[in-house]
Amino acid sequence: MSEITPDLVRHLAGLSRILVTDEEVERFTEQLSLIVDSVAKVNEALEGLDVPATSHPIPMANVYRDDVVEPSLTQAEALSGAPDSGDGRFRVAAILDEE
Amino acid sequence: MAKDELMNYEKALEMFEVVIGLEVHVELNTKTKMFCGCRNEFGDEPNTNVCPICIALPGALPAVNRTAVESSISIGLALDCEIASNGRFARKNYFYPDLAKNFQTSQYDEPIAFEGALTVELPSGSVHNIQIERAHMEEDAGKLTHIGGSTGRIQGAEYSLVDYNRAGVPLVEIVTKPVYGAGAEAPELAAAYVRSIREIVKGLGVSDAKMERGNVRCDANVSLRPHGQEKLGTRTETKNVNSLRSIERAVRYEIQRQAALLAKGTAIIQETRHWHEDKGATSAGRPKSDADDYRYFPEPDLVPVQPSKELIESLRAKLPEKPADRRKRVQAEWGFADLEFRDVVNADLLDQIEETVRAGAKPQAARKWWTGELARIANSQDKDVTELEISGAHVAELTQLVDAGKLNDRLAREVLTYVLGGEGSPSEIVSARGLEVVSDDGALIAAIDAALAKQPDVLDAIREGRMQAAGAVIGAVMQAMKGSADAGRVRELLIEKANA
Amino acid sequence: MSELIRKNASELVELLGKGEISSVELTQAHLDRSMAVDHDVHSYLHQDASTALSAAADIDRRRAAGEKLHLLAGLPIAVKDNLTTTDAPTTSGSKILEGWVPPYDATVVKRIRAAGLPILGKTNLDEFAMGSSTEFSAFGPSRNPWDLTRIPGGSGGGSSSVVASFQAPVAIGSDTGGSIRFPASVTGTVGNKPTYGAVSRYGLIALASSLDQVGPVSRNVLDSALIQDLIAGHDPHDSTSLPESLGSMADAARKLDVKGMRIGVIKELMGEGFQPGVMNRFKESVNLLQQAGAEIVEVSCPNFEYAIAAYYLILPAEASSNLAKFDSVRFGLRVAPEGNPTIERVMAATREAGFGPEVKRRIILGTYALSSGSYEHFYGAALKVRTLIQRDFAAAFEKADVLISPTAPTTAFKIGEKLEDPLAMYLNDIATIPANLAGIPGMSVPNGLADEDGLPVGIQLLAPAREDARLYQVGAALEKMHEDIWGKRMIDFAPELEVRG
Repeated sequence: MSEITPDLVRHLAGLSRILVTDEEVERFTEQLSLIVDSVAKVNEALEGLDVPATSHPIPMANVYRDDVVEPSLTQAEALSGAPDSGDGRFRVAAILDEE
Repeated sequence: MAKDELMNYEKALEMFEVVIGLEVHVELNTKTKMFCGCRNEFGDEPNTNVCPICIALPGALPAVNRTAVESSISIGLALDCEIASNGRFARKNYFYPDLAKNFQTSQYDEPIAFEGALTVELPSGSVHNIQIERAHMEEDAGKLTHIGGSTGRIQGAEYSLVDYNRAGVPLVEIVTKPVYGAGAEAPELAAAYVRSIREIVKGLGVSDAKMERGNVRCDANVSLRPHGQEKLGTRTETKNVNSLRSIERAVRYEIQRQAALLAKGTAIIQETRHWHEDKGATSAGRPKSDADDYRYFPEPDLVPVQPSKELIESLRAKLPEKPADRRKRVQAEWGFADLEFRDVVNADLLDQIEETVRAGAKPQAARKWWTGELARIANSQDKDVTELEISGAHVAELTQLVDAGKLNDRLAREVLTYVLGGEGSPSEIVSARGLEVVSDDGALIAAIDAALAKQPDVLDAIREGRMQAAGAVIGAVMQAMKGSADAGRVRELLIEKANA
Repeated sequence: MSELIRKNASELVELLGKGEISSVELTQAHLDRSMAVDHDVHSYLHQDASTALSAAADIDRRRAAGEKLHLLAGLPIAVKDNLTTTDAPTTSGSKILEGWVPPYDATVVKRIRAAGLPILGKTNLDEFAMGSSTEFSAFGPSRNPWDLTRIPGGSGGGSSSVVASFQAPVAIGSDTGGSIRFPASVTGTVGNKPTYGAVSRYGLIALASSLDQVGPVSRNVLDSALIQDLIAGHDPHDSTSLPESLGSMADAARKLDVKGMRIGVIKELMGEGFQPGVMNRFKESVNLLQQAGAEIVEVSCPNFEYAIAAYYLILPAEASSNLAKFDSVRFGLRVAPEGNPTIERVMAATREAGFGPEVKRRIILGTYALSSGSYEHFYGAALKVRTLIQRDFAAAFEKADVLISPTAPTTAFKIGEKLEDPLAMYLNDIATIPANLAGIPGMSVPNGLADEDGLPVGIQLLAPAREDARLYQVGAALEKMHEDIWGKRMIDFAPELEVRG
């Protein structure tokens, strides 16, 4: 059985910057327990095998871009989708949880 | 900021062994950013060097800058590192508003370079072989400005503004293994190491290497342990140490602060600390916690970096001389005494003096100008001498004008201020301003006569062998001619007159 | 219904080329159809008649001026709403992006515009393409034109239903674990997931970067081939884009010949869990292929058993990171909690309000799979299983040129039926997921109607990486055999939709 607890769900939601209600914690704990038990099956396939990992489906290497300037967005285009901006910059609430 | 208790430095070293570790971030001077074609430029209008990639718009994908990869390999080679035959980028996941994607594209368990070493010599003559753990490629973050509140700092701010011009600028992070055995010289060693890194990346031409612009940034790890203890003590990581002097001061401060705590039996908290140049102190930042679970995984949008042997060898063939070798060579070539040479190194003037000598100056003259008058001017302007707007060629020209007797010291110093003011080369200024030394006897004799008229006793004094009396007349002549007189010639003429 | 909109795209481009119809006329006919049926089907999240018509008028003008145009110029197309467009909102089915108009076009969209295909609108999808039914779209589900109480498949249910209801001749989809193929299967349409890297992902709002691929959706195989030929090709903005051309898919689709081809039936993708009607039609097609001269072999892919588990680790892990950029700073929704909140709280509140339950579930699962202490057991293990699945395919392709299976275990299920049971929902993709894990191409072709419910079923064709042309060759040949037997195209069995004024 997996070890998905409500506290773990809260912790993971915090790491993913998602506010969760108590009701959601309860529901996700239940659902994720089932899912995690099910996906843990991957380890059965590997028993007794020494297999390399595949992170990219099609093996390729050394794909580079030449160091040549391409057009940027204008400041107005860059800020066009911003919920809030000022002084040519993106504006966000104060960062208080640090320092 | 609470005031820390500090232990006397010598006492701290008696009680504890110092272990340091250094993480240096080098900003590469590529034309474009690490993963997109936006200009890698400092100081432009905010959010003008940005595109869907570096502000992480949905759907955008990164593409690796070839030059940045080659520069990183060169740095690795210059640090005697192994170059990875297969390296991948990885995502380092954490939320912060200056990090557009909320992950940093970096390298994790497969850095491009690893297992290197750098020899660093200290002013005392002690030599340290610093082991390099790794050098890896990553990207810079954007710039946050905190608005409101009294300090402009993060605390008390009402809101913050984000500029992503710097987001995605290529960085190489160089990480040392723990450095033991520096003892009381640990702070000097930290600074000297960063100085060497700067010299290397500047010599390679891969970075502008200006610390004041953040091209080279240092995080200093410091831990203490009782002498003889094997287990390493808890370390702190001091960030934001952005000058060589600050590195030295910050390391020294942490040694004294940690020693005071340990002596009282207080445990050191593993945390990030911030260096405050104005206060000369560090302050506590974020403690390391579960939140530091960065969930690294291989970047699926980028393919592995597999530099060929040919590429590595061609980059190796272009490596400049190692800093330690170069120092030995130039000191011998220039014939500087150890003390003289140390001053030059500490002032970061090797490049300048080399350029000046190459342009035709005598090494000692070049040294005197750079460590003397130019250093004094920089100091008075609160600048680093290397920041002065003057080339080695100009300084060389100045020394040649002095050697040729066309300028005396006073005039040369005057010309120097005009060069720094952007008026042109020393000879251009001399002719434009008519500043040449006057050695025309007619003009000098007239001035001598005028001075003697006011001090008629002087000629008798000279005849009696009291040469110091001549000084008053020479001074008066110089004053009358606004310093442009050739003092040596004035003296000769005066003696001739007395003996006539 | 205008007869024009029932035609295949290959016929329409011929008529356009000869000047027998105009692009404005053709575009208007499709827009009229949407006015009549999309209220019920809900394929589109956004339509703007004037943009589509002005693009059509431009092509008509250029054609009249004698300009040499792209083969497909003037053919209207629908685009899944997870591809960025500068002239229409791009939401990926999520509230967090509601109303966002990107300042750049996806590479695929650029190619479509450059070739002169008017874009009819942006089609619905499960939020961020996470789902198999479009029920997780923040803007309501699309419906299956064969039965409006049923799902049109997902995530690309908007693109499947838009071609199945004749609102567009062709559409663009994206496929991370079956999002093109499963919808095609349950709506009687064709969809191909090309080889990973064949089509640029630049401008595709990423779900799982190592699995996502953009591809065509249409009512017949040749039409999909024409669209793949249009959108495929190297893109320097996508580092995983294949450098080489895979050749002409349209040429392959015109061969109509399977003689001597070795076709492998995957033992593990049949039997238990597969609806009888699905299996009956599948067996019939195996016989048809054999009669047409193909050599049928049985292949075994023992590690497919672990594919769903590996997929539901790799996908959430990559997605948790890809979706971190939705933080209320540079675009999209911002929700500020009461009082004087910090940016951290604004981000958390925005993501709480802006993401739906399936997205949150997968982000939290992915965060878990990657977190220290879990990585090796979950994400790391999944990447190793991925290797095993690639090896299974490599062994199978030693014996066969093309592999086949049913596309999905069942026909379209009812809306709401699996909504609260994520694991049951995940099983729809059992046959389609292995291709994404291995990066190989996979196509779903209509395979008749199930006896028990009269709903369409699909057959999946798989080929080695870069061999997409084999799928078009076999797919088109099989399609021809079906049309000869059934007397008309599969889509022509679909019931008439009620037309609204």
